[in-house]
Amino acid sequence: MSSSASSLEERHRQLGLTDGEYARILERLGRTPGDVELAMLSLMWSEHCGYKHSRRLLRRLPTEGRHLLLGPGENAGAVDVGGGLAVAFKVESHNHPSAVEPFQGAATGVGGILRDVFAVGARPIAVLDSLRFGEPGASERSRYLLERAVAGIGFYGNSIGVPTVGGEIYFEDSYEANCLINAMCLGLAPHSRLIRSAAAGAGNVVVLLGALTGRDGIGGASVLASAELGEGDEAKRPSVQIGDPFTEKKLLECCLELLDRELLVSLQDLGAAGLTSAASEMAGRGGVGITLDLCQIPLREADMEPFEIMVSESQERMLCVARPECVGALLDVCERWEVLATTIGCVTEGDSLTVLHRGMAVAELPVSVLIDDCPAYDLQPEPPSSDLYGSPAAVLNGDEPAGEVLLALLGSGNLASRRPVFEQYDPIVQSRTVRRPDEADAAVLSLPDGSAIAVSIDGNGRRVACDPLRGAAEAVYECAANLACVGAEPLGLTNCLNFGNPEKPHVAWQLVQAVEGLAGACEALDVPVVGGNVSLYNEAPSGPIFPTPVVGMVGKLPSAGRAGRLGFAQAGDSIALVGPFSPSPVGSELSKLLGRPPVGALPEADPGAIRVVLEAVRARVRSGAFRSAHDIAEGGAAVALAECCIAGGLGASVRLPLGLDPFAEAPGRGFIVSGSREALAGLVIIGEVGGDGLRIDGLLEVAVSALRAARDGGLSGWV
Amino acid sequence: MKFGIVRFPGSCDDIDALQAAARVGDAVLLWHADHDLQGVDAVIVPGGFSYGDYLRAGAIARFAPVMAEVEEFARAGGLVLGICNGFQVLCEAGLLPGALLPNLSLKFVFRQVELSVVRADGPFTGACAAGDRLSIPVKHTTGRFYAPELELDRLEDGGQVLLLYAPGHNPNGSRRDIAGVCNEAGNVFGLMPHPEHAVDLLAGSADGLKIFESMRAHVEQRVLA
Repeated sequence: MSSSASSLEERHRQLGLTDGEYARILERLGRTPGDVELAMLSLMWSEHCGYKHSRRLLRRLPTEGRHLLLGPGENAGAVDVGGGLAVAFKVESHNHPSAVEPFQGAATGVGGILRDVFAVGARPIAVLDSLRFGEPGASERSRYLLERAVAGIGFYGNSIGVPTVGGEIYFEDSYEANCLINAMCLGLAPHSRLIRSAAAGAGNVVVLLGALTGRDGIGGASVLASAELGEGDEAKRPSVQIGDPFTEKKLLECCLELLDRELLVSLQDLGAAGLTSAASEMAGRGGVGITLDLCQIPLREADMEPFEIMVSESQERMLCVARPECVGALLDVCERWEVLATTIGCVTEGDSLTVLHRGMAVAELPVSVLIDDCPAYDLQPEPPSSDLYGSPAAVLNGDEPAGEVLLALLGSGNLASRRPVFEQYDPIVQSRTVRRPDEADAAVLSLPDGSAIAVSIDGNGRRVACDPLRGAAEAVYECAANLACVGAEPLGLTNCLNFGNPEKPHVAWQLVQAVEGLAGACEALDVPVVGGNVSLYNEAPSGPIFPTPVVGMVGKLPSAGRAGRLGFAQAGDSIALVGPFSPSPVGSELSKLLGRPPVGALPEADPGAIRVVLEAVRARVRSGAFRSAHDIAEGGAAVALAECCIAGGLGASVRLPLGLDPFAEAPGRGFIVSGSREALAGLVIIGEVGGDGLRIDGLLEVAVSALRAARDGGLSGWV
Repeated sequence: MKFGIVRFPGSCDDIDALQAAARVGDAVLLWHADHDLQGVDAVIVPGGFSYGDYLRAGAIARFAPVMAEVEEFARAGGLVLGICNGFQVLCEAGLLPGALLPNLSLKFVFRQVELSVVRADGPFTGACAAGDRLSIPVKHTTGRFYAPELELDRLEDGGQVLLLYAPGHNPNGSRRDIAGVCNEAGNVFGLMPHPEHAVDLLAGSADGLKIFESMRAHVEQRVLA
């Protein structure tokens, strides 16, 4: 970035700005930007920070709801959960850093989403992860990414004392070069502690909290997150940040204490684009200016250039605004927690983000240019003219007996037991967890008044690749179904849109269709989107990833003690199949094992009927009428039944409704429930719990021990 | 009966231990930087990652100001319970025998395990019966109990092994399936499993409550005597 190396005009391209965008900067500023200013603008106008290709589209998502307390635009959204408490939550991607260095990429992904949540004043109480890799059986690199990403998530979450309560993993060839690491965090706060990030009050003091500022992550947003990965990724390793959960643990406790003592006006985490983004957003939301003095900032390396300080993505830092008379008390709290705290600037009237270095202004930019003037591009969507994705390697030929097919499905990467993964995470710290992984379709966390919240995360890229509109809607229905199985009613959702290059018409089409699908399903179930994240350019020379909208949904149930379980509970119980379940083989796990490409229309969903069954399942789980409830997802009814048997350690004898394909799928629309014969009166009874094996009339009979062995063996040796 | 739970920077299961102890008595937090045990009847050194544990687990916490008081309290016969990271800290402080090494898998492991009670006549397991099975979770990366063979013989012969992982439940490769040991005097006890995470059937098991109940019974008996 030395000014002799290249002219300013060339530098804007190196920083990822187009000629058109640079012209727009010249026009808005009415002058040529300086070095530091151009670095700041290039980050704020990057896809990662500026949402250039998704901003217009995201307006389609419904963001109003009766439980909503904080909506999109804050560090995390929040919903009311009763008793004067709020749950804040958000999902965010850390895909590109993780593809370069999976351990630190995944670890800092967790660290980042935790900061987003305690930035709004909520104590992080749960983490979930949504991971995508290439096929581990065929790809050594995918096994490496899987093992290291899981280790990184555990390293950060376990050490900081926030339980990892759930998540999902899919393996598909399309993620071979672009793994996806999405992390979701939930936090709990009294309503009164929720805080916004808007700076306010000219003369108030800006304080930087936490770690030293170093050269890590410089250019992460523009170099890593907004361009396709290709050859030479090793050279990008210095751009990946390093996580320090101990520093963040102290920072977390310190920030919550500062808020409890009402010492802060506003709080903001430092994520992508570091100080530049944090200060711009705080000023922008508050309609004020901010002046920063770089000489005050504690540095890891003394010779850092001003632009490096402004864009550093060093982790474990927060920015806050405090009234001058509170600064003394603020510093005392920080000292007690051994958290570095430094006054680095002040809030000003007007609209300028001013950066001083050795008494000179090295940047003086209108906040509106940094934030509001970032261009928003219309997408040019066009349906693909041919299949985008090839056929997976066939594992089955279609002639196998049904029992063998069932075992192959249970042992396949996408359906196998996640125990080798979740045993590396602490799911119980903080003593709220009443349903751990494998016990129920959603994680359940108790609240002080005896009620509970439930959370689920889901997104099946292969199905969205088949049919982006319906596939994306299915992710919403599936999450809601998971919540219904523990007795919870949805309060809100967050989403992460992982897609390829939006400048390509077929990817733009996937994006537009998927957002429409999400929006429609949210409206149908009356669940608002409280916030989220977009990760684009997940594309390699071989093509884009499967379009992968990941949905994280939070719900509430009145009694933690009544939370549902998925496993069959009692021999002699009746089993019923409920819901508007008309599945098809398109996009199913079996179709993948048969080597079929992800093409074809998914089964249509009837939102009205889905609402009715969700309500019915929820009510009967809450009343205890259903002793088990499990939604029929990947692998169809046969796999769902097998999972109920394995989880409960009980067999079952079943006759499926005439014509029902046992392996066909329609996520979020069908449920396997069990209970006494009387409790299930009026439902479609398909069989009875009992015995040592799963027997499906005319189809298969397999011992539960064999089902379990197949499912347990799928991932072992890979993580 | 008043429990004191030490809080280091990086402690994670401190509030969990506080809440568990509060089910059977009073419980307060003890700040790592204070030379003050607030007159508690028993000290719990909780789980977590004290000072980040970037060095050997527990190696830094052992030098915390409050640990000087804890050591003195222990030498005077006060009850001290170390859970997971607390066990590591007490080993580092020389208050307990042996050492905790990285799990054989070299990975963090979370698992609900079965423990068998070896001795049920002391201050930490008095509320159990010998041979009892307790269902209590483990969660750690550095939990493999190690001591030289002769030391292990001595611990077993001296009745210092209070809890074993039940057959097939050893999650980390601990020598002789040892899950929890006490000092010679019997007033300091460390275990890798987390009894504070097994105090409510809603969360899967209430077996861990017996450890806290044992401690309360012992202290109350001592007061009466």
